[in-house]
Amino acid sequence: MTTTPVTPPTAPVTPSAAPATSAVAAWVGNPWARFLLRRTGRLLVSLAVLVTLAFLMIHLIPGDPVRAALGVTAPPDLVEARREALGLNDPIGVQLADYVRALFAGDLGTSMTSGVSVSETIGQRLPATASLAVAAFVVVMLAAVPLGLAMAVLTRGGRRRGAELGFTSTSAVGAAIPEFLLAVGLVFVFGVTLGWFPVAGRGDAASYVLPVVALALGPALLMARIVRVEALAVMDEDFVRTARAKRLPPLRVHLRHVFPNALTSTLTIGGLLLSGMIVGTVLVENVFAWPGMGMTIVSSILAKDYPVVQGIVLVYGAAVLLVNLVVDVLLALADPRSTIREG
Amino acid sequence: MGRDQWRAALRNPVGAAAAGLLVLLAVLAVVAPILWGDAAEETDPAALSQGSTSEHPLGTDALGRDIMLRVLVATRYSLGLALLATAICVVAGVLLGVLPAVLGRRAGRLVTGTVNLAVAFPGLLLALFFAVIFGVGARGAVLAIGLAGAPSFARLVQTNVAAVSGRDFVAAARLAGVGRFRLVARHLLPNIGEPLVVNATVMAGSALLAFAGLSFLGLGVQPPAYDWGRLLGEGLDRIYINPAAALAPGVAVVVAGLAFTLLGESIAQVVGVRAVRRRRPPVGDQAAAAAAAGSAPETPGDTVLVADDLRVGFPAPRGGWTYPVDGVGLTVRPGETVGIVGESGSGKSLTALAVAQLAPDTADVTAARLEVAGVEPRGRPESEVRELLGTKVAMVFQDPMTSFNPSMRVGTQLAEVTRVHEGQGRRAALARAVDRLRTVRVPAPERRAHQYPHEFSGGMRQRAMVAMGLMSTPELIIADEPTTALDVTVQRQVLRLLKDVQAETGAAVVLISHDIAVVAQLCERVVVMYAGRVVEELPVGQLGAAAHPYTRALLASVPDLATDRERPLATIPGRPPDPADRPEGCAFAPRCAFADDACRVRPGLAAVAPEQRAACWHPRSQPLDLVLDVLSGGRS
Ligand code: SF4
Repeated sequence: MTTTPVTPPTAPVTPSAAPATSAVAAWVGNPWARFLLRRTGRLLVSLAVLVTLAFLMIHLIPGDPVRAALGVTAPPDLVEARREALGLNDPIGVQLADYVRALFAGDLGTSMTSGVSVSETIGQRLPATASLAVAAFVVVMLAAVPLGLAMAVLTRGGRRRGAELGFTSTSAVGAAIPEFLLAVGLVFVFGVTLGWFPVAGRGDAASYVLPVVALALGPALLMARIVRVEALAVMDEDFVRTARAKRLPPLRVHLRHVFPNALTSTLTIGGLLLSGMIVGTVLVENVFAWPGMGMTIVSSILAKDYPVVQGIVLVYGAAVLLVNLVVDVLLALADPRSTIREG
Repeated sequence: MGRDQWRAALRNPVGAAAAGLLVLLAVLAVVAPILWGDAAEETDPAALSQGSTSEHPLGTDALGRDIMLRVLVATRYSLGLALLATAICVVAGVLLGVLPAVLGRRAGRLVTGTVNLAVAFPGLLLALFFAVIFGVGARGAVLAIGLAGAPSFARLVQTNVAAVSGRDFVAAARLAGVGRFRLVARHLLPNIGEPLVVNATVMAGSALLAFAGLSFLGLGVQPPAYDWGRLLGEGLDRIYINPAAALAPGVAVVVAGLAFTLLGESIAQVVGVRAVRRRRPPVGDQAAAAAAAGSAPETPGDTVLVADDLRVGFPAPRGGWTYPVDGVGLTVRPGETVGIVGESGSGKSLTALAVAQLAPDTADVTAARLEVAGVEPRGRPESEVRELLGTKVAMVFQDPMTSFNPSMRVGTQLAEVTRVHEGQGRRAALARAVDRLRTVRVPAPERRAHQYPHEFSGGMRQRAMVAMGLMSTPELIIADEPTTALDVTVQRQVLRLLKDVQAETGAAVVLISHDIAVVAQLCERVVVMYAGRVVEELPVGQLGAAAHPYTRALLASVPDLATDRERPLATIPGRPPDPADRPEGCAFAPRCAFADDACRVRPGLAAVAPEQRAACWHPRSQPLDLVLDVLSGGRS
């Protein structure tokens, strides 16, 4: 967030508010400021909804979550004590207020099974997940954008039907295989059969190869398809004909005129894919025994360790919202006509 | 979705394979548990966690149960749960999707907002969230996956409903007082059925995959029950001992998931359109038509443009070829201004693009002779043509809004020409761009050069377009409808600018327009095109003696040229023929008042007066009374 300097410059002569109002007016008049203000407002609303839902999750569970977590054999006074400790006996409004207050203090509660603080657990697990997601995203962008552009150039105007058919069908099939099944296949081929890469745990760079490929392949193919279709659409535009009329070399036409105008949808899809990949780590982590949040959330759901689940759902959700925000800002930056900022 | 389209989807090899697979899976789902249900439960203590043997082709699990049988039997449960989740998703999605149409404005917006917020989160995250609430197990997972898919399905329904509600019949039903619920049930839903069916099919595929994922994580089906996801999870633990135990259920999931997805997509594709194929027309095709085509006159002295029997063909959608440009001859001398006129569809723009080597990729361009700026471009590698024509031929396109790259500054787009073709540095090239913008009278050119095209007005953009053509010193400027999108005052400014530029640089100008008045203002010579051919060419001064009925009709329809302003303007009745469907003889015959039997044979261009040629069997000789309004300041 940018803070707005609304205080008037120290003008000792007349203590009038005029400079302040004009500064504010300038800010309100600036489309960028309005865009950022509106977009931040939306982020805050989404975050509020997310927090409320995460909070409500434990209350929406039918029956007594503590009884369910501790098992039917647990003595009633233990259950009661745990309920008291979790604050579940307070009125729901008080509970929500307490929850939000604790959240601002960085306190996500404590695990019902291990007694460890949830934020500590997340702090330990987050880097593994984040590094996996970021690495996969980088691979997707590096592979998909050139591939999609190259395919668009090769197959424009209905050329090379064979290559087009091969590309569209392989990428359709590839993109439809879910990451965890691909992961199993990779484990079998490169781990079990060839023994090239480790198949479990997080260690050196080699341990990243299979999880990253499993996570990145589907999105990369999907992205390449989108880039191709978008680039082909742009190639039909009048200004590309202008660029050709200027007799620019094809490489320049494609990189300077076609690609920047296909960027908008590439960014939008990239954002969607990134949020999908962040959550997709849950499955991939469980195939490769990757010590991230995905392993933790699954074992916590199975152990009915609700505070941990709540905390991790919040982190995933917040990450997704953040990605969306970044994408929107990038879109606004990339769009010279500022339609996004206005709209 | 009509029955024909379903059939077409099944005739497509991918669609047929997908449908076949689904039938096979359905049969398995019914039969497998009956045939092998008990055998799949049988434990064999003598064969625990075995690899492939003759008795157990895919090995056994930790309790000695046969993996192959278990994968087959699991078909029913896996498919059944996925379809159940899909049903929940579709029902919830449709409900959420039509709610905004049924509810009041406020409540409707709330629903839309909620759906939009939920769509931002990946399905798996929503599924995990719901799985916590509904509890671990098959029931919880079905609910979780169904509800997790609902927002995106709802969004789809909303989009489609919004598209349909704008249509007339819905408005009519509303006016007729049809109730909201009835409106949804009778008028909205039936009309969006097609995309919904397609997407429900694709959805079933993703539900199957998602379910396998949850079961794999241990959050779905619980033992002793089993589905493919569960088998996969169990098999993965022993992948080093028996890979088949993990791979077989994995393959089953992928195949079933793909079958749904591909069926959905091939249905969607049948509804959509197919790309045209790039082909070459058979040679005989051209030779036959070329016989009757007009040819350029003998050209003494030098020329900047010669095209003889130029033909541009496109593959027709139903096979064969159509020729929007069908044997055009065109000659332009240095410094000459030539106008090409004709209605839209006459092939005039395509002629210009073809001679400039800018025809679309799918087009097939042939000519008996073609020379541009002293260069025969055909048979040369593209890079050489670019180099040779780069500084000699400039194009000015019709719509300056779409003809400039929206994401690049105007100055950069101009400077690019100089940088690429003359190897100048960024600074020098930009300086020249500013200078040229000044030449075309763009005010504050330094500032304007740093702006984006959308910050320019229409007339200024068009002048910037002309400036772009002046970055080098062209021998030929081809301007394709340069004034069409502009109002009359700006139109005159741009024409005057072209005239000035022409006078200063001595470049030849080819001006293409549907408006013979515009051409008459600027040009020395007029070429009239109709249905892909030249029907008349003559000096502007002789327009009053136009011989071809089409030229005369064009002239009569222009208010600026007709002297008798009392008489209502003549419009040309009828429309130009489709290139795929031209009449045998003179293409103008269906609209011509003078047509007779002779016109069933195609007329060739023939001299009717000095410097005037017309393609007509009955050229008119009675003079027309015209006010010619030539721009002052140039040559006459
Ligand atoms: S040839 Fe016949 S039909 Fe064609 S323009 Fe002349 S008179 Fe009319």
